[in-house]
Amino acid sequence: MLHAISLTAILFGAWLLLSGYFTALPISLGVLSVAVAVGIALRMDVIDHESHPVHLTWRIPAYWIWLLVQIVKSNFDVARTILGVGDPIAPNVVTVKPSQRTELGQVIHANSITLTPGTISVELEDGEITVHALTRASAEDLATGAMDGRVSKLEGAA
Amino acid sequence: MDGILDVLAWILLGAGAVFSVIGGIGMLRLPDFYTRMHAAGVTDTMGAWLILAGLMCLAGPTLVSAKLALILFFLFMTGPSATHALIKTAWYAGLKPLTTDAPGKSGEAPPSKP
Repeated sequence: MLHAISLTAILFGAWLLLSGYFTALPISLGVLSVAVAVGIALRMDVIDHESHPVHLTWRIPAYWIWLLVQIVKSNFDVARTILGVGDPIAPNVVTVKPSQRTELGQVIHANSITLTPGTISVELEDGEITVHALTRASAEDLATGAMDGRVSKLEGAA
Repeated sequence: MDGILDVLAWILLGAGAVFSVIGGIGMLRLPDFYTRMHAAGVTDTMGAWLILAGLMCLAGPTLVSAKLALILFFLFMTGPSATHALIKTAWYAGLKPLTTDAPGKSGEAPPSKP
C-alpha cells in the first residue's frame, strides 16, 4: 500500500511539473490519469519493492553523491587514457563477487559499475558480476571493494 | 547574479563539449568494441551531464530547469542499462575482447599517437 501511495504522489508530481498549468481542467485530468495509471499498475501487480524501492529513499542521496564523485574521478582518468597521457590501456575481464543479499542490491551494484567509465559490467549471473575494465588501475579500483561496501550499506537491513 | 550564472553556464557547457569531444576521440582511437564503449561512457556521463547542468544555469530557477533535472535523472537511470544491453549482446554473440595479461604492456593494438 505504501508503494501505491508513493507512486501516486510521484506520478502526480510529475504531471504538475511537466504540464506547468495549475488550473482546474489540467489538474482534474491529471488526477484522472494518475488514478488510471495506478489502478492498472495495481491490477498488473507490478508495484513492489523492486520496481519502486521506497525503502531506499532516505539512504540513496548519500550514495548518489559518493557515486557522482567516483564517476567524475574516473571520467578524468579515462579522458587522460584516451588522450594518451594517463594509464596505458590494458583491457581485461575480471569478476566481482557482490556481497549484496537482494537482487535489487546486486543490480544497483552492477549499474554503478557500468555508470563509472573505465568499467562496464558484462554479465550478472549466479551472484557474480563479470566486468570489462579499460585499464589496470580501473580493475584494481574495483578489487578494493569500496563500491561493494557502499552498496551493501545502502541495501541496509531491509 | 545573472552575470555569474551566465559565466558558470558557459564554463559548464564548454567543459561538457570538451568531454564529449574526448569521448568521440576515444571512439576512434581505442582498439576494439569493448574499449570503445568506455569512451562512449565519457560522453554519456560527464559530457551529457555537464551540458544539461549548463543549460539549467542558463534557464535559471524555472520550470524548464526542473524538466532538465528530470532528463538528467532519466539519463542517470537509463544510461547504464543501454550500455549494459549493448555489451551483453556483444558478449553473447561471441565477440572476444582484447586482453592484456603481461604487466606493463599496453594492449595488443595500442592506438597510434596522433
